[in-house]
Amino acid sequence: MSMVTTYLSWALLVLGGFLCVSGSVGLLRFPDFFTRMHAASVTDTLATGMILVGLMLQAPTWIVFGKLVMILVFVLLTSPTAGHALAKAALHSGLKPLLPGKGGKIDADPRPSAGGV
Amino acid sequence: MKIQTLSLTLLLIIFWLLNSGLFKPLIFILGAFSVVLVLFISSRMKVIDEESQPLHLTKNIPAYYAWLLKELVMSNIKVVSTIWQGHLQLQPALTTIKMDHLSDMGKVIYANSISLTPGTVTTDVTENSITVHALDKSSITDIQSGAMEARVRKLDN
Amino acid sequence: MFTAAAIAVLVAMALALVRAYAGPTLYDRILAVNVFGTKTVLLIAIVGFLTGRPEFLDIVMVYALMNFITVIGILRFFEYSVSHASANSETIKEQ
Repeated sequence: MSMVTTYLSWALLVLGGFLCVSGSVGLLRFPDFFTRMHAASVTDTLATGMILVGLMLQAPTWIVFGKLVMILVFVLLTSPTAGHALAKAALHSGLKPLLPGKGGKIDADPRPSAGGV
Repeated sequence: MKIQTLSLTLLLIIFWLLNSGLFKPLIFILGAFSVVLVLFISSRMKVIDEESQPLHLTKNIPAYYAWLLKELVMSNIKVVSTIWQGHLQLQPALTTIKMDHLSDMGKVIYANSISLTPGTVTTDVTENSITVHALDKSSITDIQSGAMEARVRKLDN
Repeated sequence: MFTAAAIAVLVAMALALVRAYAGPTLYDRILAVNVFGTKTVLLIAIVGFLTGRPEFLDIVMVYALMNFITVIGILRFFEYSVSHASANSETIKEQ
């Protein structure tokens, strides 16, 4: 294995790890369910993709490589389906998204990010 | 024999070989038995058709995936920078957007692509409209400009 | 470097657990469990490489399947049993 692939794989793993943490921080910081869902989808797409591609570059055999590709395709196919099902169920059960008034913005900082129930 | 049966057989054989990783006669026999069984069950369920094996998309799909990957990276950067900004100010929006002349397959691809890109999620799909929740109003404007819809329509024909 | 990625994923999992505990609605918790499952998939894959045993990928695949089925199953289960009042307990401005 050449040095270039190794360094590239390390960079992808670190960046993927950072995106994972970002997604979870967003999950804690955002003010309501629907905005939190957008934060979660960061981890589902690019973070998963980067970490799995980083592992692919270090795969010892072609079988391992193929299995990683299979996992990536599976995650990318199912995560929007699960997200859509979740959003639709929440909306139909009467959960209303937090929306700003005309031209206004939601100031989300005063709310406690990880407050009690 | 339909072309879809052939492609499904090929897919199942590759799936078996990749998952077993063993190349012994006994494993091959078991694999052949499993493939035939799955083919029999799926033909009884009548699921071997253009819907489960959309082979007519094969020609155009690589270009679409490349474009979607670019969109994915761009919107990921946008959402991650929103997450880390010091003073959190958001402009979420829930809007119904019209779409016209897409086949059923096109609608599924369109809705799933919107859900897959961070910052937007599809909450409802009807005959000729789509309801989208967005983290930022600008994403709604991007979808309304119709770039993605045009790509999906091109993919479908 | 695998260790760094594994630690990052573990931190993210801990944060997702905090959200699952804090709620406040049912759907927040389901979302947190979904995120937790995706992270578990990544963690098992990384640990497999860390210990030099890529056979772990078979377990990863089963876990990815289970994660999806779990979310859909839980949603089916709660779709008809949640009363509107309890789902709407968070805040809410009319549209």
